[in-house]
Amino acid sequence: MIDNKKELQIAALQNGTVIDHIPSDQLFKVVSLLDIENLKTPVTIGYNLDSKKMGNKGILKIADKFFEQDEINRISLIAPAVKLNIIRDYEVAEKKLLHLPDELTGIVKCNNPKCISNNEPMKTRFKVIDKEMVTLKCEYCEMKTKKEDIVLL
Amino acid sequence: MKKNSFVSVADLSKEDILRLVKSAGSFEENPNRKILEGKVCATLFFEPSTRTRLSFETAINRLNGKVIGFSDAATTSSSKGETLKDTIKMVSNYADLIIMRHYLEGAARYASEITDIPIINAGDGANQHPSQTMLDLYSIYKTQGKLNNLTITMVGDLKYGRTVHSLIVGMSHFKPEFEFIAPEELRLPDTYKQFMEEKGLSYKEYTDFSEEVINRSDILYMTRVQRERFTDLMEYEKVKNVYILKNSMLKNSKENLRILHPLPRVNEIAYDVDDNPKAYYFEQAKNGVFARQAIICDVLETN
Repeated sequence: MIDNKKELQIAALQNGTVIDHIPSDQLFKVVSLLDIENLKTPVTIGYNLDSKKMGNKGILKIADKFFEQDEINRISLIAPAVKLNIIRDYEVAEKKLLHLPDELTGIVKCNNPKCISNNEPMKTRFKVIDKEMVTLKCEYCEMKTKKEDIVLL
Repeated sequence: MKKNSFVSVADLSKEDILRLVKSAGSFEENPNRKILEGKVCATLFFEPSTRTRLSFETAINRLNGKVIGFSDAATTSSSKGETLKDTIKMVSNYADLIIMRHYLEGAARYASEITDIPIINAGDGANQHPSQTMLDLYSIYKTQGKLNNLTITMVGDLKYGRTVHSLIVGMSHFKPEFEFIAPEELRLPDTYKQFMEEKGLSYKEYTDFSEEVINRSDILYMTRVQRERFTDLMEYEKVKNVYILKNSMLKNSKENLRILHPLPRVNEIAYDVDDNPKAYYFEQAKNGVFARQAIICDVLETN
């Protein structure tokens, strides 16, 4: 906890979101998924930081930005153990542990070219059938997608 | 999804299947009724399938319903680039029910999400063909007097055959023993083996089509081994005559054995089997009308 506080103080985030415990190899994917390149507010990106739990980790501190639930869900697919802190007036106002939702809408592409979702102007819909292994099943064509084959939209 | 659409076998509970099977039986006893009087049913065949369409349209006509629709998307506005959504929305204004076949997988599920009228899936690409499964289940029930504890042997193309996959799912409620006979290249996909393991069902796999397996079967479900499914044509040449059922192979089979086939058959059942009383594939096709009458009335909640 003390370490955590120090980090927060370094960033001196008045309001915004801190995303901690991002696996280093997923950090830049998370950056791109959250569309951080297009933010106008200050962002601190920590890469390959020491972590007692994970060996090394990534961290993102994003000023004046609070994410919507479906934006957060995008991260949970590739970095499910991430910790998300909402900061208001220098204090952690809310802590969020991310969980894979039971259903993913409009986030993942179906890998079946003959799936209706790749041929109509519509949102994809997947059921998460195995949260541990991250296996998805298309609600339309019923094809399963394994974690390593997941393509985000 | 709308509760009363009929899209996938996986949506059906044991009770649903038993209710439909019993209802199909009552339509067989009395197929001509005025249940659909005043109803308009649309048969939208974005991909041609004469057999399935005629079976559905016969079912509707015998119940005094009216049919609108098309048998080939080439003549419709979907060939001009209209989305499926727009076609479904438009037809929903006219009809009480849509029966649709589409070349894209998941098309029927999507249609069921964008309209308030029931959708019956008459085949969506390689994915589902649930009315075929219902007629298979009805045929099994009718010939065996039950669905529970049967030994079901499936032969041929178990990899791509969607009727095989759907029948596994449909039968999974009834404690079957499955025996699968297929060439190496056309073995049952792992995902269905996992499914059976999760359900605690036992199954065995063979590459030999032996009398030994036939002799313990209650149902022999034959499918076509298609040349175009093989990446290695040498392999096809080796196996093409292996998975052919001949009448002589049935001499020690069980009295209650019945041979099913989703049709069309090419050469996988020799013609000398046709006269064997255990051959059931033509009656099976006839059962399609009764099974479809049951499905239509179920989604329209007429009974």
